[in-house]
Amino acid sequence: MTRPATALTDAPATPPALWVALAISLAVVMALEAQMQQRPPLGLPAGTTGNLLYVRSPEFAKRAALSFDALAADIYWIRTVQHYGRTKLQPGELKRYDLLYPLLDLTTSLDPSFDLAYRFGAVFLAEPYPAGPGRIDLAIALLEKGLRAQPRNWQMAQDIGFVHYWWRHDYTAAADWFTRAGEMPGAPNWLKPLAAVTLAQGGNRASSRMLWTQIMQNADAAWLRDQGRFRLGQLDAMDEITLLERAIEAYRVRFGARPGSWDDLIRAGVLRAAPVDPTEHMLHLDPASGRVTLAPDSPLNPLPDPDDPA
Amino acid sequence: MRAVGHIAVNVFKESVRDKVLYNLVVFAVLLIAMSYLIGELTAGQDLKIIKDLGLAAISIFGLAIAVFIGIGLVWKEVEKRSIYTLLSKPIGRAEFVLGKYCGLVLTLLINVGVMTISFYAVVAYIDWVSTPLVRASWPAPAADPAMLKAIGLIMIELMIVTAIALFFSTFSSPFLSAVFTIGLWVVGQFGQDLREFGAVVNSSTAATMARGLSYVLPDFAAFDVKAQVVHGQAVPISYVALTSAYGVAYLALLLAGAVVVFSRRDFK
Repeated sequence: MTRPATALTDAPATPPALWVALAISLAVVMALEAQMQQRPPLGLPAGTTGNLLYVRSPEFAKRAALSFDALAADIYWIRTVQHYGRTKLQPGELKRYDLLYPLLDLTTSLDPSFDLAYRFGAVFLAEPYPAGPGRIDLAIALLEKGLRAQPRNWQMAQDIGFVHYWWRHDYTAAADWFTRAGEMPGAPNWLKPLAAVTLAQGGNRASSRMLWTQIMQNADAAWLRDQGRFRLGQLDAMDEITLLERAIEAYRVRFGARPGSWDDLIRAGVLRAAPVDPTEHMLHLDPASGRVTLAPDSPLNPLPDPDDPA
Repeated sequence: MRAVGHIAVNVFKESVRDKVLYNLVVFAVLLIAMSYLIGELTAGQDLKIIKDLGLAAISIFGLAIAVFIGIGLVWKEVEKRSIYTLLSKPIGRAEFVLGKYCGLVLTLLINVGVMTISFYAVVAYIDWVSTPLVRASWPAPAADPAMLKAIGLIMIELMIVTAIALFFSTFSSPFLSAVFTIGLWVVGQFGQDLREFGAVVNSSTAATMARGLSYVLPDFAAFDVKAQVVHGQAVPISYVALTSAYGVAYLALLLAGAVVVFSRRDFK
């Protein structure tokens, strides 16, 4: 029997059994994957970290990236953000930010004009443990590297001053860097007054407020503006706590004992309502010591050391 | 010249039949997906990353087309023995080589053109959805026309890569042609290292040889101004003009070489 010519050239129909086999295979793969997702991770021996960085030499990375160094820098930057965020959110006490600086070094070597990597990177590095590695020295080194790559970038010099101010409490160095930043082309006119205020009153809340207000108003990244808003919220809370503790002391002098709760202060006409911090979380009063603190769940925790108001 | 045109159009039609233009869909999907995802993956610099990715993707997709189609341009005709039919017609060997080259360049031009339009559409969308405060923080506008300088230089670079692939295709197998073409492209990224080789070796002969090679090998690094345009740094027209002139001269050299080699081939 001869088959028509079209039947020879047409694609043969797929047997139904093949479709069934395909569907069953897919179902089995999905079921096994679901099982694998349920099982606990194998983990690593104590003291070891899963963080791996195959390329550590910026010179090698730059050559290996060929003409795609800017794209490679972006990939390392995304990896930096993921490493920092994942480590920060990790439960437990052993948080290791060991890849943070090598990743930032690679990112900024691959793309020396990547401003944000220097500026955010310095913030990440300087953040004290456990929110960050607390490596102020590396934060300054990174920013100085940025300034070497872009000697006229006043923001970078301002950031170095900021790290000296906020994290090192070295107000002389901070004022020096604010002055240098203020002398660079395109720098805003508030930098030189900031340098003067830092030198004269470094460490007080007024100068801190001025610094953070400028950062919040001038930062070109939403994340930095949010940081400014957060720090200003902390400063507001610290001012409020200072006023409340003074009121508690005045209450003690007047009534011979500290108030047992906010209600006592309300009844005495000192307060109209229980005080809340700028995030609307009620402040906590310790009747024994008269100290006022933030509610444990307040997002403004932890406040900077009240004896070192910067 | 009419023969060159006919061959070029046929090469383009063949690439369409081979579904080469499907890469445009991949490019568009990649860029659109990344523009959504990037904000979730990183802190700031979304536009920089989209621009870096877009320009790099134009370059990578173009390179893939230039290398993997270029290496088979002449070889395929020889392997299928269709070269005999072609050369029996009133077509010179030079016209054949130039036609093949122009056809692939046309394919690349259309690819790069459509990718550029998609790329500008994505960055224009980002510009449209961004607030004035975010826009003020960008070192250059989202749909910065200066990016066309980088894309133009990428196009010339791709034309040179195509010429290299075609040159090797005239006398070598596709596998070896691919190895040689990719090898030359990689070596071409290290022009500066070759020039400065003397600083890392004691041998003056090696240093002189390396320096000599830097004059002969294609200087692909010069065509890379992607980072500069993304950061809003000026790329002078004189730079683009000189680099383009160098590119045109280099591809003329390669095409002349390809024509010479192909003219001397014996197909008996």
